[in-house]
Amino acid sequence: MRSGLEQILETVEHATAPQDMQSAIEALRDAFGVNHMVYHWVSAAGQQYGCGTYAPDWVARYLERDYLRIDPVVQGCMQNFQPQDWKRLDWSGKAQRAFQADAIAHGVGRQGFSIPIRGPNGQFALFTVNHDADDATWSAFAQRHGRDLILIAHYFNSKALEFEPGRSPPPAQALSPREIDAMTLLAMGYSRAQVANSLSISEHTLRDYIESARLKLGALNTTHAVARAISRGLIVV
Amino acid sequence: MLRYVTAGELTQYPVLRDTMFRDRAAQFSDRLGWSVAVDAGGFERDQYDALDPLYVIWEQACGHHGGSMRFLPTMGRCMVNEHFAHLNAGAPVQHPLIWECTRFCLAPGAGSQVAAALMLAGGELLERQGLRHFVGVFDANMERIYRRIGSCPQVLGHAGEGRARVSLGLWSLTPPARARVARRAGLSAALSALWYRRAFGGAEDTGGVIAGSGPWRGAAVGSRHDPARCDIF
Repeated sequence: MRSGLEQILETVEHATAPQDMQSAIEALRDAFGVNHMVYHWVSAAGQQYGCGTYAPDWVARYLERDYLRIDPVVQGCMQNFQPQDWKRLDWSGKAQRAFQADAIAHGVGRQGFSIPIRGPNGQFALFTVNHDADDATWSAFAQRHGRDLILIAHYFNSKALEFEPGRSPPPAQALSPREIDAMTLLAMGYSRAQVANSLSISEHTLRDYIESARLKLGALNTTHAVARAISRGLIVV
Repeated sequence: MLRYVTAGELTQYPVLRDTMFRDRAAQFSDRLGWSVAVDAGGFERDQYDALDPLYVIWEQACGHHGGSMRFLPTMGRCMVNEHFAHLNAGAPVQHPLIWECTRFCLAPGAGSQVAAALMLAGGELLERQGLRHFVGVFDANMERIYRRIGSCPQVLGHAGEGRARVSLGLWSLTPPARARVARRAGLSAALSALWYRRAFGGAEDTGGVIAGSGPWRGAAVGSRHDPARCDIF
């Protein structure tokens, strides 16, 4: 699934319209084999924007009934920044129980894992994976994919920030000269040993340069980092 | 014991909360002389305490604060990028898998054992939240403490010299480093894992840690929450 995932993330990165994100999130839902995935951006004024695979009539109902105000998932994600398992949220209120029953009646699964997203200037969004499974299976799923899902959540968010008028994306982080050298040589097909040798550094130091370049590029691995560096024009081969 | 407390949950621990903000005043204002704001109650709080951070707190047997640190995600507003970017040549440190760790504080009289316990908690967070690094700012004195407990960060940059030196560093806590800090803290990995699970739950929730039964279990033993609250979802 890893290579399929990277392909989908490339699609998100090159999205030029919100519809591209919708296609990507549907592909991701299929790749992970879950019932639903949703990216949900909420402005300070309570405006909502996003994409996802919930049934359109559920989305319409959510907006019409103003469920945003009582949804424990949204509350939990606003007050915390670590991923939230729906099981551990407070569903005990009367309004929350009714909301939950309504959601299930509209095809929302009983297990959820939501990732709070904090962006620039207090921007807030969340990314949800929703499914029907027993607790053990769900815990294992969250454990196995948690880190990838955090990265995916932020991919969607940075794209959404780009589409949001009046808000420019954060400037791409420049690579240092050494990081550029390392990325360029890797892109040329050099092995790590050859790159280290060409730059007169140890392989250990090389690993640090590659890792810092990967972080700056928001890439999942070295191959992904090289691909992104090329697609952004940071290196020329 | 170690507690992982979100800003919203702090009200459930008034003694721990008040002693933490007082000890922070003692460390950052009195001892280090930083220009932090201390209110009439003697509490040191800043704007980042209002951004729903996560606190990790060492609670002494008497219920008072023994040491603490504060986490915020680097993708959102955080102290490192808004106040210390100059330590990294002006470049912000922003990544979904890097959290900033600030206000690393030890209560007066707390030794390196408490610092090691906090670092151990950092290791739990790194592993179980799927993170890669913490980024933090520290002074020369803390640098010495980190060295003593066997958990030195990778220094990205610094300003000043001698006792006035302030550095920006990245922690990654390799398994050997975690074993070192656990030894130094005098805590077992199992106990540390238990404290983490009590706060966050987790895959190993069953096996006696959890009260209640059935598909929608109650909250963990010792949790502040109403055990009857977990229902569907």
